[in-house]
Amino acid sequence: MTSDNQSNEVAPLTDPGIPAHLHRKSDLDPTAAKKAERQVGILFIISALGTILFLYSYTFMSEKIFIFLPVLGNSNAKQLFLGLGMAISLFFIGMGAVHWAKTLMPDNEVVAQRHELRSEEVDREDFVKTVKEGAADAGLGRRSIIKRTLGIALGLSGLTPLLLLRDLGPLPKDDFSKTSWEAGTRLVTDPGNRPIKPSDLEIGAVAQVLPELLAGKERKLEDIGKDAVLLIRIRPAEFQLDAERLSWTHEGIIAFSKICSHMGCAVALYEQTTKHLLCPCHQSTFDVTRAAKVIFGPSARPLPQLALALDSEGYLVAKQPFTEPVGPSFWERDSS
Amino acid sequence: MTRSERVAGTVANYVDERTGAAKWLKKNLNKVFPDHWSFMLGEIALYSFIILLLTGTFLTFWYDPSMQEVEYDGSYQPLSGLKMSAAYASTLHISFDIRGGLLMRQIHHWAALLFMVAIVVHLLRVFFTGAFRKPREFNWILGIGLLTLGIVEGFLGYSLPDDLLSGTGIRIAEAIIQAIPVVGSYLAYFVFGGPFPGEVFIPRIYTVHILLLPGIFLALITAHLMLVWYQKHTQYPGPGRTEKNVVGYPLMPVYMAKAGGFFFIVFGFTAFLGAVASINPIWLFGPYTPGQITAGSQPDWYMGWLDGLVRMAPPLETHAFGHTISWNILIPALIIPGILFTGMALYPFIESWMTGDKREHHLLDRPRNAPNRTALGAMSLTFVLVTLLNGGNDLLATHFSLTINQIMWFSRIGVLLLPPIAFMITKRICLSLQRSDRELVLHGKETGRLVMLPHGEFVEIHEELSPEKKWTLTQHEQLPPLEITQENSAGVRNPKGLRAKLQQYASKAHQEQIEKPSAKDVLELGDGHH
Ligand code: HEM
Ligand code: FES
Repeated sequence: MTSDNQSNEVAPLTDPGIPAHLHRKSDLDPTAAKKAERQVGILFIISALGTILFLYSYTFMSEKIFIFLPVLGNSNAKQLFLGLGMAISLFFIGMGAVHWAKTLMPDNEVVAQRHELRSEEVDREDFVKTVKEGAADAGLGRRSIIKRTLGIALGLSGLTPLLLLRDLGPLPKDDFSKTSWEAGTRLVTDPGNRPIKPSDLEIGAVAQVLPELLAGKERKLEDIGKDAVLLIRIRPAEFQLDAERLSWTHEGIIAFSKICSHMGCAVALYEQTTKHLLCPCHQSTFDVTRAAKVIFGPSARPLPQLALALDSEGYLVAKQPFTEPVGPSFWERDSS
Repeated sequence: MTRSERVAGTVANYVDERTGAAKWLKKNLNKVFPDHWSFMLGEIALYSFIILLLTGTFLTFWYDPSMQEVEYDGSYQPLSGLKMSAAYASTLHISFDIRGGLLMRQIHHWAALLFMVAIVVHLLRVFFTGAFRKPREFNWILGIGLLTLGIVEGFLGYSLPDDLLSGTGIRIAEAIIQAIPVVGSYLAYFVFGGPFPGEVFIPRIYTVHILLLPGIFLALITAHLMLVWYQKHTQYPGPGRTEKNVVGYPLMPVYMAKAGGFFFIVFGFTAFLGAVASINPIWLFGPYTPGQITAGSQPDWYMGWLDGLVRMAPPLETHAFGHTISWNILIPALIIPGILFTGMALYPFIESWMTGDKREHHLLDRPRNAPNRTALGAMSLTFVLVTLLNGGNDLLATHFSLTINQIMWFSRIGVLLLPPIAFMITKRICLSLQRSDRELVLHGKETGRLVMLPHGEFVEIHEELSPEKKWTLTQHEQLPPLEITQENSAGVRNPKGLRAKLQQYASKAHQEQIEKPSAKDVLELGDGHH
C-alpha cells in the first residue's frame, strides 16, 4: 500500500520497497579496494603538483611572457600558470575526496523517518496559553494608555533613520533643467579645448564639443554629463526643419545634446550616409535632418537642439541656453 | 585504541562536558541526505558564495573605492598618464601589478556568474519538481530573496571598477531612479549625493557590496540551510520512498566527503575559468566619462533580460500638467520585473489555492505529472529567453546579418506570442509523456524482437517492466479537480461566487491528467496477454 498521506481513488500498484543493495567491487575484493585507495592517493598527489606549479609561477616566472591559446587568444603566461596551478591543486583535492567517498565509504542507503512538522496538539495549546498568560500578565489589553503611547513612541522612532538619511544629498531644485550653456558660450573641442570656426568642419564631419571653460573653473564629470554636445555638418539643403530650428543651424552645422533622451548614454554613433545618430545603449535612432526626431528605439523624445551663432571673432557660440532639459526624463520635466 | 583515537576522545570529552554537544551531534551526523545530481545545484550556489567571499576579501586589500581623479602611472602602458578615478586606477593596479591579482579578479567575476546560474537552475529544479510545496514555502521565498539580492549585488560589483562600460550601467540605473514618478529626482540626488556621477556613488555602493549585502546573504543562506536541515530534504519518488521517510546516505562520512570534495571541485573549476578565460578586461574600455561610450556594450547575463526588455519598450511618455511619466522606462525596468518577482514569490500559495491541497509534500513530482505547473514554468522561461535575446540584439544583428529592426519586431511580437505557445506545447508534451508512461506500464517496453505466431502473423515482443519501474511510473497521486459548490443560497452573484468559479476553472486546468494505470488495469492485462 502507499503511505496514508495519499488519496488516490484508484487502487495503486504495490510498492516493491527499496531494491536490494548491490555490492561494489571494492566492497568484496580487497585488491579492488587497494586499487581504489591508490587511485585516491594519485589524485591527491596531482593536487600537490598543482600547488607546486603555483609556487613556481608565483616566484620564478616573468610577467613579460605571453602565450597564444587557440580560441582564447593571447594570455599572460604567469597569470595563466598561477591559475592553472591553483585550479589543479583545488580540483584534485575534490576529486580525491569524492572518489574516496564513492569507492571506499559505505554506500548502503539508509532510511530515516520523517515526522510531521506540526507540533503536538497539547504543545500548541500550551503555547497559546503561555502567550495569552504572558500578555495578560503584561496587562497590555487593559492598559490602553501604555498601548497607545508605546505605539506612538515606536512609530515616531521609526522616523529617526529616515531623517538621518536626509543628508545623503542636496535637493535637486531645478538642476535637472540647467546646463552650463549660456547665450554666447563658445563651443570648444573635446579633447583639446579649442574654439571652433565653421570652416573647421567639413561636410559629413561630426565632433564632440563642450562649453568653453571660464578661467579658474574646473570641468567635472557631472558637467560633461549634461553639457556634452555633438556638432554635425551636412548640406544645408538636406535639412527638413521648421523656420525656427533652421535658424538655430549655421551653414549646415547643427548641434544636439549628446546625452540620450532615453536613459542618458552618450549618443556616439553617427551614420554619415543616412544622417542618423544611434545610441548604442538601446539603439534609439535620431534623424539629424529632422531635428533629431526619434525614428527607432525606445526613446520618446528628440535630442534637444542647441541654437548656434557666430561671435565677433567668427567662432561658433551658443545663441541661447538649451530650451529644454537634456538627458532622461524626470517627473518635474515640463515637456509641453 | 590508537594514539590519535585517544587524542580525539579527550578533545571530544572536553567539549562535551562543557556544551553537551555529543547528543546533538550524534543525531545530526547520522542525518540522511537523498542523493541526486540536481540536489547539487543549491550546493554550487553556496560554494560560489564562499568563493566570492574569499576572492572578494583579497580584492579589498588593494581596491580603492574613490572617485578622486588621479593620473595613471602603473605598468599598463596604453593608459599611461591618463586621468581616471582612483577606483579604476586601483583596479588596473590589481590586474597588472599584483601577482595573482588578475586571476583573483577573474575568479571573482566567474564565481559571480556561476553563483547566479546556480541559483537560477536550482530555482528551476525546485519549481519543476514541486519542492516549494508545503512545508517549504518559506524556503522558496528566501530563495527568491537571494535571487533578487544576487542580481543587485552582481550589478554593484560590476560597477565598482568605474570603467567606461560599468559607468554606462550606472548611468542607466540613475535614469531608472530618476524616472520614478514624484520622488525620482530627489531619490537620484540622494543616491548620488547630487548630480550624476558625482563623487560619492562608488564609495557608497562599495559599503553595500562588501558589507551590507554579504551580511544579509549570510543571514538568509543560514536560514535557508537551517530550514533544509530541519525539514529534511525532499526526495525523488521510487521504490521504498514515501512521504514519511528519507532514503539516502548519512551525513558522516559519505555526504560530508562528497560535499566537501565538491566544494574544492567548484573552486578548482572557477580557478580554471579565471586562468584561461578573460572576463571584463576593463583596461580595454578606458575610464568612465559621461561623454563617451563603448559600442556593443553588454551587461552581465543576469541583467541582460532587463536590458532586453528596456530595448524593446515602445517609445511611450506621458506629458501632462507640467509633469512627465516615462512609461518606456517604468514598464520594462520596474513594473514588469516587479510583477514577475512577486508572482514567483507567491506561486506556492497560488498553486495550493488552485489544487486546494494543504498537505505536506516530501516526494518530488516528476515534471510531466504536473503538466500545468511545468507549462507555466516553460512559459516564464520563454518570456525571459526572448527578452535575453533582445538584450543582445546588436550582437545578434552583426553575427547573423539581420537588422536591429527585424530583431526588435520579432522580440516585441515574440514576447507576447511565444510564451502562451510554449505553455500549450509543454502541456501537450507532458500529457503525451503521461500517456506513454501508461503504455509502458500496461504493455511493457518494445524490444524490437519479432516472433511469428503459429498462423503466420508477426508480433513484436514487449518486455514487462520491473516492479520497481512500474511503481516509479505510477506512484504519483492524481487529485480530481476541486468540487466547489457555490454557497450563495438566494441566487445572488456575490464576489465569493466569482472567486469560487475562478478557482474551479484554475483547478480544472491544473489537474488535467492522463489517468494512470491502477493495480486492476495491470492485472487484467496481465491475465489476458501472456
Ligand atoms: C545563495 C543562493 C542559494 C543557496 C546558497 C542555496 C542553497 C541551497 C542548498 C544547499 C539546498 C539543499 C540542496 C538542494 O536542494 O539543492 C537548498 C534547498 C532549497 N532551496 Fe536553495 N539556495 C539558494 C537559492 C535558492 C533559490 C533562488 C530558491 C528558489 C527561489 C531556493 C529554494 C530552495 C528550496 C525550496 C529548497 C528546499 C528544496 C528541497 O528540499 O528539495 N534556493 N538551497
Ligand atoms: S540610453 Fe540611448 S537608447 Fe537608451
